Amino acid sequence: MSASLEVRELSVAYGKVEALHRASLRVSDGSIVTVIGPNGAGKTTLLGALMGLLRYSGRADYAGVDLGDVPVEARVARGLCLVPERRELFGELTVEDNLRLGAFQRYRRADPTIGADIAGVYERFPRLRERRGQLAGTLSGGERQMLALGRALMAKPRLLLLDEPSLGLAPRFVREILHIIADLRKTGVSILLVEQNARAALQIADYGYVIEAGEIVLEGEARQLAENPRVIESYLGGGSGA
Amino acid sequence: MTADIVAWLAQDGITNGAIYALLALALLLVFAVTRVIFVPQGEFIAYAALSLALMESGRVPGTVYILLGGGALAAAMEIARAVREHALSRLPRILALYVLLPVVIAAIVWWAVPRKLDQWLQILLVLAMVVPLGPIMYRIAYQPLASASVLVLFIVSMAVHYVLMGLSLVFFGGEGLRSRPFSDAHFKVGMLDVSAQSLWVVFASMVLIGALWLLFERSIYGKALRATAVNRIGARLVGIPANLMGQLSFLLASFIGAVSGILISPITTIYYDTGFIIGLKGFIGAILGGMASYPLAAAGALAVGLLESFSSFWASAYKESIVFTLIIPVLAWLSLRSRHVEEEDE
Repeated sequence: MSASLEVRELSVAYGKVEALHRASLRVSDGSIVTVIGPNGAGKTTLLGALMGLLRYSGRADYAGVDLGDVPVEARVARGLCLVPERRELFGELTVEDNLRLGAFQRYRRADPTIGADIAGVYERFPRLRERRGQLAGTLSGGERQMLALGRALMAKPRLLLLDEPSLGLAPRFVREILHIIADLRKTGVSILLVEQNARAALQIADYGYVIEAGEIVLEGEARQLAENPRVIESYLGGGSGA
Repeated sequence: MTADIVAWLAQDGITNGAIYALLALALLLVFAVTRVIFVPQGEFIAYAALSLALMESGRVPGTVYILLGGGALAAAMEIARAVREHALSRLPRILALYVLLPVVIAAIVWWAVPRKLDQWLQILLVLAMVVPLGPIMYRIAYQPLASASVLVLFIVSMAVHYVLMGLSLVFFGGEGLRSRPFSDAHFKVGMLDVSAQSLWVVFASMVLIGALWLLFERSIYGKALRATAVNRIGARLVGIPANLMGQLSFLLASFIGAVSGILISPITTIYYDTGFIIGLKGFIGAILGGMASYPLAAAGALAVGLLESFSSFWASAYKESIVFTLIIPVLAWLSLRSRHVEEEDE
């Protein structure tokens, strides 16, 4: 089954204010696609709509099927998974319980490989193994991002939606997290990566879109975007990024 | 006031406090998971107690009609949704859960009542009749409004409470009933005469609290309930269905309510509306615990039981007022201490 995403003319409005206007984009199977743009451009809104958290007009096909008004939990069951900007961890539960709950739907199907996958996440993030019995609310920013990513992986996603995974992280952690994301592609996961850190995002992505004030204004191969004068001026200049 | 009076009052307070503690835990669970202030909790107490007493006197309790009617209504709503969403494959499951299961339970009750079965079997039948009402109630009254504000959900709770109390009067009548005690034994502890039923109450409450703890700490469904309580958005994102968690929390609450009713009906005469006041005291206990912590809620409920017992000795006319006045200083303290808590905050 393919995990490609085809978004056509997606619009989202909060009351009368339109946060996203007729956005169209494509994530082909096994690729990393990034959406870059300034704060408040509608990047988080786009991911929220794709995950089913927000109502939208337009159409989003995933693996060839219209997502329509499929509820969040059914999207998770189909292999869609969002790591939100606010991480949304279960602060009063342990690190390991957070990981287990990431596989909640697999528990309901009595999937026998959950234990092995937890070990796999610990291998990817050794820091989480050290903190396995600790409450998620006590983790540092970088560890929280690792846990959020690990929890999402426990659902065995086929398309990961990542919202600002580098936000608030020290440069060392940014490199580490992005390295892990680039690595995930090898396991066959497609990734839609939303980032303010455009330089870092374009380094690992295959294709990119630039979004401004709710509209997609530019798109192209990640390498070409990184050389586009407009992108360099707006997003890569001023020494920002890792 | 002599030592044996103190001991006697303490025993009485602990017995009632154990029941309040159970109810406080159920209220807290339902509130944390669904944000519903579960006013109709008390109805489960009355339904279970009165059903048991009626079955013991050889009559079919009206609970079966409430179960059949509620199941049919929930089934109708589910079928309407399935048709709207073009998901007719759900029909067999809906019919089995909301129609077939209630009919089977009702049939067994009709068969069993004239045969005067053993008390334990009757208790099981009462649980089978009353406990499914919890999830059915959630499906009918709360699920369509799951994202409404706490205030709206509270108003719905009041409405559900009045409807159920009305049904209670229709089906059980206005007379008070008592069921047979589980055992007539009494124990002498010093000067104190302890009835076996009181011990049953305390023992069963402790077992139930222990079982709840195990559920929350050990099972994935218990952890999913906690996760939903801690972070609703996070729970949705990992694919925990909010409706399933709502029904599960209501199932636990109706089970706890029904067990409480069965435990106290040999001690207290239960009328169609008695459950409300008992549930309210569990609620006071939960408030004393700050509506946040399970151990504090249980401790608060125990304190309510003891206070009620001792104030009935000194000022029996005011015992309810004294108990309910207790929340004023607690609420004042809570509102002074806490900042405004955002509903969806992590």
